[in-house]
Amino acid sequence: MDILFEAFQVLARWDVMIALLVGSVGGVLIGAIPGVGPAVAIAILLPATFSMDPIVGLTVLLGIYGSSMYGGAIPAILINTPGTAVNALTTYDGYPMTSRGEARRALSLAYSASFYGGVFSVVCLILFAPVLAKIAPMFGSREIFLAALLGLILVVIAHRGQSLIAAALASFGIFLHTVGLEPVKYTKRFTFEQSWLSSGVDLIVVVLGLFAISQAIFLLRGEDEKIRLTKLRGGMFQGMRELSRHPRVATVSATLGVLMGMIPGVGEFTAQFLSYTYAQRTSERPDDFGHGASEGLIAAETSNNAVPAAAMVPLLALGIPGEALTAMMLSVFYVHNVVPGPQLFQNQMDFVVALYLALLILNVLVLIFLLFATNQLIKVVKIPNRFLGAAILTLSFVGVYSLRNSFTDCLVAACFGVFGFVLKRLSLPAVPIVLGMVLGGIMEVKLRAGMARVKEPFDFIDRPVAMILFIMIIGVLLLHFRYVWGERKSLKEAKWLAKHASTNFGAQMSRRRSFLSTERGKTLRAKRSKYAPRSTDKSSRR
Amino acid sequence: MSKDRSEEVRRFSGPLRGQALFAIVFVVAAALLLSQLGSETKWMKGTKFFAQPRFWPAVSVIGMVVFGGLHLWKLPRRGFAQVDVKEWIIWFKAIEFVLWFLAYVLLVPILGYLPMTVAFMLLLTYRLGYRDRFMLSVSAAFGVAVVLVFKGFLNVKIPGGAVYEYLPGALRTFFIINF
Repeated sequence: MDILFEAFQVLARWDVMIALLVGSVGGVLIGAIPGVGPAVAIAILLPATFSMDPIVGLTVLLGIYGSSMYGGAIPAILINTPGTAVNALTTYDGYPMTSRGEARRALSLAYSASFYGGVFSVVCLILFAPVLAKIAPMFGSREIFLAALLGLILVVIAHRGQSLIAAALASFGIFLHTVGLEPVKYTKRFTFEQSWLSSGVDLIVVVLGLFAISQAIFLLRGEDEKIRLTKLRGGMFQGMRELSRHPRVATVSATLGVLMGMIPGVGEFTAQFLSYTYAQRTSERPDDFGHGASEGLIAAETSNNAVPAAAMVPLLALGIPGEALTAMMLSVFYVHNVVPGPQLFQNQMDFVVALYLALLILNVLVLIFLLFATNQLIKVVKIPNRFLGAAILTLSFVGVYSLRNSFTDCLVAACFGVFGFVLKRLSLPAVPIVLGMVLGGIMEVKLRAGMARVKEPFDFIDRPVAMILFIMIIGVLLLHFRYVWGERKSLKEAKWLAKHASTNFGAQMSRRRSFLSTERGKTLRAKRSKYAPRSTDKSSRR
Repeated sequence: MSKDRSEEVRRFSGPLRGQALFAIVFVVAAALLLSQLGSETKWMKGTKFFAQPRFWPAVSVIGMVVFGGLHLWKLPRRGFAQVDVKEWIIWFKAIEFVLWFLAYVLLVPILGYLPMTVAFMLLLTYRLGYRDRFMLSVSAAFGVAVVLVFKGFLNVKIPGGAVYEYLPGALRTFFIINF
């Protein structure tokens, strides 16, 4: 209770309140505009938050992260285009509802479900904060190294069908982190005698290039879409009543969101997928899913909105970001010399709870804003894509140039922008690069510290938490290899099934001849054998 | 059987166009970096293996070569087709907007953040084909709003333009600080 009171004191400042308001409203707006998304907004705003207090800066960024999914549901439901990537599943049941004239019902249900997911996760995490505070100190250097390694492996294998290139890009991210002056021995690494490379490659420059500039180029090179909006009819509060009729689906989805959010590298997509599958399997009318089922919409929206609060757990408790957005937020901590990790949970619990309370207040603010402003808000969907691209390019300049007023930074960001654009065109993931950069740095420091007291390799995993993490890594890898093996087998089967004619007649004849001669040999040997006649032989039966 | 890759093509996640060139360039670049590992990193005597300055660059570059190489090897199509050329042209054309961006970056310290942002938005909007008065005025207003929010309100570090030096006394200081 004392902690809650102290946390309220941390938040009771006018600048934090403004940050909450700006974050919540801004996040909804950004989410509602297809093609922008929270990653672009956070990347652009990141340098601007460096001059703010950590709690103010993080509240703005958390606000954008937490509320963008509310906004992302609007275009997903109204025009079948998800505002943010995680709202893709919302289109399955949201848009069919709009098609049959129930847009207001779908929006209201999405807001209510998102609100439930957001509040559920924050309450869960406030309740679990004391437990986490006890567990977090069990993580030393070795455990944090293993947790970071597990996170990186999970990020790579989460990209099903693209895990090889995801691993290559994660390695590229680690490589980018190593460029520059090595912090212990002060030797240069991959600087090619260039002075501008001595200070290394800045994470924010890479992030702005990969997320903001690449998105700007993608929009500028694309075409504007013609959008027709449906008129909204009906009350905005009906969603609450409808949500109360499905408490089981909402609670299970929110729980899955919390659990998946806490695991680095897993996040919203897995949580949504599991929740949606659960809702469909346990529904009385599973055939309605994908055709405007309210349970489907509840599952998708509740689970994705439960993730942001949970995703802060590995970041705050261990200093390990699980995905790109929390990786960006990590830099805000570093700039202010606040080191997230077990120490933060032990010494600054009020700060941690204040962040969760900020998320709680944010959910209330967003819901109120959406219930009264949806009619006006839906107009932002009409902003032309290419104009948005120009706007993002202008804003990207602020993000990169305000760091060090360096033209070189802008040039590097522009190069990463083109690289990110190519990745987007090829549907390849950019997230492993960012996580490789961040987790690579953590792994280097923690492995060096962890190995200092290790004499034999087994000593590295002789502590219980380290052993559990090691077993988890092995288990995850085994599961992935099993999946790859299964895929290989099914590919082979599919290839054989699709074959119409024999491609190697000679080889088949050769196998047939070899089989016949073996069988003939067996029969002959059995006939000639005096003492062990074959049981199938007619003479032996007699 | 191994020549028929239609099933792999069907199962491939994402478009196939352009993949081969990307993978080849990635692997070649990674191999070049690997060849420079000895000269660009140092091996320190008396330092443990895992604490060597060369350890993590080696892990990352070997990872890039191995995983990038495996990705290239598993691609359903490693050759080039007409559709790939079209894709490369799209990549190449992206450079136009990079040049716009870099020109903007170079001109801000000379012409000032406010005038340059408004001019950049107006010119880019015009280039994109929005030539009606409404869109042009929206783009100019957006430029002004960005400068007011970021430099005026959030005080981000963007230097005043060289042209502001020609303004009279108090106005000069006001412009350098706010715009």
